[in-house]
Amino acid sequence: MAHLPILQVILPLLAAPLCLFLKRPKLVWLFACVVTALTFTISVLLVQQVTSTGVISYELGGWAPPWGIEYRIDALNAFVIMVVSGLSAVVLLAARTSLENELSSNRQTYFYALYLLSLTGMLGILATGDAFNVFVFLEISSLSAYALIAMGKDRRALWASYQYLIMGTIGATFILIGIGLMYQMTGTLNMQDLAERLPEVAQTRTVFVSFAFVVVGVCLKLALFPLHLWLPNAYAYAPSIVTAMLAATSTKVAIYLLIRFTFTVFGLSFSFTTLPLNILFLVLGLLGVFVASTSAIYQQNVKHIFAYSSIAQVGYMIVGISVGTAAGLSASLMHIFNHALMKGALFLALAGVMYRLGNVQLKSFQGLGRQMPLTMAAIVVGGLSLIGVPLTVGFISKWYLVVAMIENGWWPVAILILFGSLLAIIYLWRVVEVAYFRAPNKDNESVKEAPLGILIPTWILVLANVYFGVDTRINVQIAQMAAENLFGVAP
Amino acid sequence: MNLSLETLLQLSIALPFFAVIAIVATGRKPNLREGVSIGTGLLLFYCVVMLYNGLKQGADIQVQWLEIIPGLGINFRIEPLGMLFALIASFLWIITTVYAIGYMRKHNEVKQTRFYSFFAIAISAVMGVAFAADLFTLFIFYEVLTLSTYPLVTHAGTDKAKAGGRVYLGILLSTSILFFLMAIISTWMVAGSLAFTAGGVFAGDVNLVLAGAILMLFVFGIGKAAIMPFHRWLPAAMVAPTPVSALLHAVAVVKAGVFSIMKVCVFIFGIDLLAILPSTQFLLYLAGITVLLSSLIAMRQDNLKARLAYSTISQLGYITIGALLATSAGVIGGSMHIAMHAFGKITLFFCAGAILVTAGKSKISEMQGLGWQMPVTMIAFFIASLSIIGVPPGGGTWSKWFLLMGTMETQQWALMVILMISSLLNIAYLLPIPLRGFFPKDSIDRSAITVNEAPLPSLMALSLTTVACVVLFVYPQPLYELVQAILNTPGVANGQ
Amino acid sequence: MLIGHYNYWVVVALMMLGFYIIIAHGNLIKKLVGLTIFQTSVFIFYISVAKVDGGSAPILADGITQYSNPLPHVLILTAIVVGIATTALGLAIIVRINEAYDSIEEEFIQQQDNLS
Repeated sequence: MAHLPILQVILPLLAAPLCLFLKRPKLVWLFACVVTALTFTISVLLVQQVTSTGVISYELGGWAPPWGIEYRIDALNAFVIMVVSGLSAVVLLAARTSLENELSSNRQTYFYALYLLSLTGMLGILATGDAFNVFVFLEISSLSAYALIAMGKDRRALWASYQYLIMGTIGATFILIGIGLMYQMTGTLNMQDLAERLPEVAQTRTVFVSFAFVVVGVCLKLALFPLHLWLPNAYAYAPSIVTAMLAATSTKVAIYLLIRFTFTVFGLSFSFTTLPLNILFLVLGLLGVFVASTSAIYQQNVKHIFAYSSIAQVGYMIVGISVGTAAGLSASLMHIFNHALMKGALFLALAGVMYRLGNVQLKSFQGLGRQMPLTMAAIVVGGLSLIGVPLTVGFISKWYLVVAMIENGWWPVAILILFGSLLAIIYLWRVVEVAYFRAPNKDNESVKEAPLGILIPTWILVLANVYFGVDTRINVQIAQMAAENLFGVAP
Repeated sequence: MNLSLETLLQLSIALPFFAVIAIVATGRKPNLREGVSIGTGLLLFYCVVMLYNGLKQGADIQVQWLEIIPGLGINFRIEPLGMLFALIASFLWIITTVYAIGYMRKHNEVKQTRFYSFFAIAISAVMGVAFAADLFTLFIFYEVLTLSTYPLVTHAGTDKAKAGGRVYLGILLSTSILFFLMAIISTWMVAGSLAFTAGGVFAGDVNLVLAGAILMLFVFGIGKAAIMPFHRWLPAAMVAPTPVSALLHAVAVVKAGVFSIMKVCVFIFGIDLLAILPSTQFLLYLAGITVLLSSLIAMRQDNLKARLAYSTISQLGYITIGALLATSAGVIGGSMHIAMHAFGKITLFFCAGAILVTAGKSKISEMQGLGWQMPVTMIAFFIASLSIIGVPPGGGTWSKWFLLMGTMETQQWALMVILMISSLLNIAYLLPIPLRGFFPKDSIDRSAITVNEAPLPSLMALSLTTVACVVLFVYPQPLYELVQAILNTPGVANGQ
Repeated sequence: MLIGHYNYWVVVALMMLGFYIIIAHGNLIKKLVGLTIFQTSVFIFYISVAKVDGGSAPILADGITQYSNPLPHVLILTAIVVGIATTALGLAIIVRINEAYDSIEEEFIQQQDNLS
């Protein structure tokens, strides 16, 4: 039990090369599923431990921090770890069927190896308490993500992957510079240590610069407007499973990093009082919501629609962070969880459409409401959640977000957030109208419901959307606990 | 059967919803499918009547379904105003279904199964709205109602229907999310509770400007009440088949709107607070302007359904005024008008539909002399018009009486004048239709006309609602008592 | 001040150089070269920061009391490995792009994408 924090990182890391030995795609898939399921189990245990006994500190190799690398699990990262590993596990269930039509069988083994590596990277980022370790894991997850995206059937996937590689590497290097400057000023890489020592030197220009580099680097990763340009194509042309995985997990990890750096490492007073980060985030977040939602309205490729919608949702999370109160932060944390659920469901449903139609152009959706009723129903429920309709998870986070805004006296922002939901209605309505109120195309009259292999994982997530929208205890409690912890720790 | 009242309450919401399964299952056999629809309607009405008896005996019926966030969940509780709404809606649902059978078959409409299914979901949502115990529950069912009626509005599937549907959905959804939800969240923040409470939820020392702003958000957010400038959806929705227009736009949807406003005024603000809010005056006059302007617009419509639509907007304004007047008479008049207008307007729509399917006419200018061909329909139209105008022997007399009393009590003379002018305008745009039906401008050869009435089910339905209009005039006692019971709830009418 | 911090100037110059190449050049290979220069500047930054004036390699030996800080050097070894992996992956993708588009010029690739 004591080794859980490292186990959940090591497990997929060791399993990844093993995939290559198994060769047969079906076997590899089963193996990868077992591994992710185990990781998820571990993450649930971690959450239990954290909620009952508080922060877990694990010394890697027995070296005490700050000399050794420390893995530090508190409510915040335990929560995100659970989200990431859970979503990766569910999405992977659909991989076997979905890949049949999207990837030649000799490359599927690599797919699973890369998938596990990417998961390793993300879990590593989440678990570690060491700033440099973050960079290493970030690159592990990013590099495997680039490769995964490049596996897309469409040749544009290559181009998207290349662009993401350039942008991602710049982002990661920025973070590296930031970490270097921090080390230069404090002589430590341990986050707890940094948090203690940074305030002493907080007024130096070096710390400002280091902060700027880290924030910009992370924002590149999380596709905050206007640094989002790599995202839509990367999502649209990657294999459907990869899209679902990236949308559900990778931006969440980046948001976590942002929270970790601004709240824990640099500290609340530095980020929000010394520097006007709140205004910056508020403006960029809102701009992101509106620009991305508006762009989504004009897209013809449904994956593009949801990709832009992801950027908009990131905007909401950033707005929540920008308030600088525990209520706002916990709303953002809830949205991490909720957005993972809805986008996971939506993109898996699209994987089903992709499986049957071979593309996800909006015009091919004509009449699918009748031909793929379950898949389309999944899109509708996922969409309702995205809009924030009551009884879905989306409502919970929107509610807390708006309440947090009003508590802080930001009435106009609250109205703007609701207005953003209207834009979501418009872009989702386009999909619904085409799917339900148009006669089917001639060439896809024979289209059938998506195979069970995709349908089941999709509906697991859809039902989760509804379940956690009704029974909010787990989600809300952990998020609030994490937020309060961060504000308790902050000087 | 010996069901507890709580079970009945849940049944009345769940029953129509689950009837959808049976409707879809029997979709291939029209007789069976429509039998299921009517059977559900009867059962539902039975449930509601049982609940009514329970309420009369003083039972406090409430049910909690879910609790999402502490203090925020799906809760139901029956009080007289909701009971009134539920009774009207469930009763008229049966009649409309009977009417729809005649109409839809005669008109050879497509996708009738889809039609009956969404019809049932809509009525289920209406029951939810009527019995909601707090704003949050109300909001959920309000939105379900909007969404479930969209397929009904666009039933024809033509581009025109879709364009109308877009306006319908666009206005209703955007107002509800931007303003209604905002108002709900604000109420939650300011008052800390969303439950409908006699006397209101706001504390006595609430900031009046803030509460006034919230009231504005409510009135604009409840777009279904069609207060200008958010009334455009109602005429747009008239592309729907006539039974839909009849039930949804004379009864369910629009009444859900004014009912919500009434609920908010009486049970969230409380009439004492309402009377001193700075924005109440403004909203009252806005409603007055809505009443007057839409009556004027109605006069210029040649399409019968469009004229009726604008007439509805105008009559909804009456009810809103009743709610905002913040007096007992206003509440009584407004609540009674919910019922009176429902019966009157549904009859008018039934007639419009009957004329459309039988004579194929939708323009008023073409209806000259139609009375000799469809005498029953035209007489019904005449009586229902009287009820809407508010003269005997129509039930509308009573409600308009109380509304006028309300304006006098509060010395809103301008409003009183507006209401009276509007009644005159009602006469001007409604009565000529049946009168010209019997006494056309150009004399016609009556012997050449044979009586050709609407299909029997439709005819029965519209006769029944006409009779109801008259009965409500002659015997308004039960209705009055039910409405009076709203005010008898402790706390509601303290200041009076 | 200026001379004393010459290592920073080198770093900044290299960084901007790399950044400029990434943005300005349409050739995918050249972009990757730019990216490598950009990363290298950061490596140099770490290494130069850790150097202590007059310090020696951190090996215990008689007579030496001042050592350079070994930690950043070790860290940057990792970063270099990461950099190599990035470059390799980038090149691999470029090879595939060349196969798919028959070009490694950004302009041509986007042209072809717009056509399809």
